[in-house]
Amino acid sequence: MARVLLFGPLRDLAGWRERDVEAASLAALRGALAAEDAALGEALGGPGVQTAVDQALVRGDAPLSPRSEVAFLPPMSGG
Amino acid sequence: MIRLVETAFDPGALLSEFTRGRSETGAVATFTGIARAEAGATTVLELEAYPGFTEAEIGKIAEQARERFGLHDLAILHRVGKIGPGEPIVFVATAAGHRRAAFEACDFLMDYLKSRAPFWKKEHGPGGARWVEPTAQDHADRERWT
Repeated sequence: MARVLLFGPLRDLAGWRERDVEAASLAALRGALAAEDAALGEALGGPGVQTAVDQALVRGDAPLSPRSEVAFLPPMSGG
Repeated sequence: MIRLVETAFDPGALLSEFTRGRSETGAVATFTGIARAEAGATTVLELEAYPGFTEAEIGKIAEQARERFGLHDLAILHRVGKIGPGEPIVFVATAAGHRRAAFEACDFLMDYLKSRAPFWKKEHGPGGARWVEPTAQDHADRERWT
């Protein structure tokens, strides 16, 4: 079980902001989200979307612990 | 000082506080970003952050600025939540021995904040709402420093 957080346009697309998902790896988590919502699955792999596990940016796959926090971060815009 | 705030802030008060008690700092530069009305097209600007992560990422940018420009100190304050036209969104202050470093560090920090800091910005207006992504110009501005 990992806690998944969506930000910005991803949150609007999915219609939720935070949810627990059963997955032992980031790849499995992406698969589970895409199986449930194909549009979200595609958006998570879209240009400029970064992934953070426990508040550290990761590339590619990563193992998840039951208490992992996974955040999907679309292109950022501050100021 | 790096801080996210949910309520309006006074840039003048922040500048006074930042400037106080310095005897070796010859230069303080500041930037204040203000929400634009876009001729009525934007009634509310909504800014979302990832608490903890956002401050940490800004901290990395701030550390780069400190080293690169030899800053004595810096302050970054950023609004989150709903912001009305005319309200300050972001305040950056830099302190250095001389003006060039202070000016450049302020410019550097803003270029990074525009396209690398974990914020997501949504404009609400009579025509609906839209998420704002960094522009090609924002990316080009940041590239100037690499």
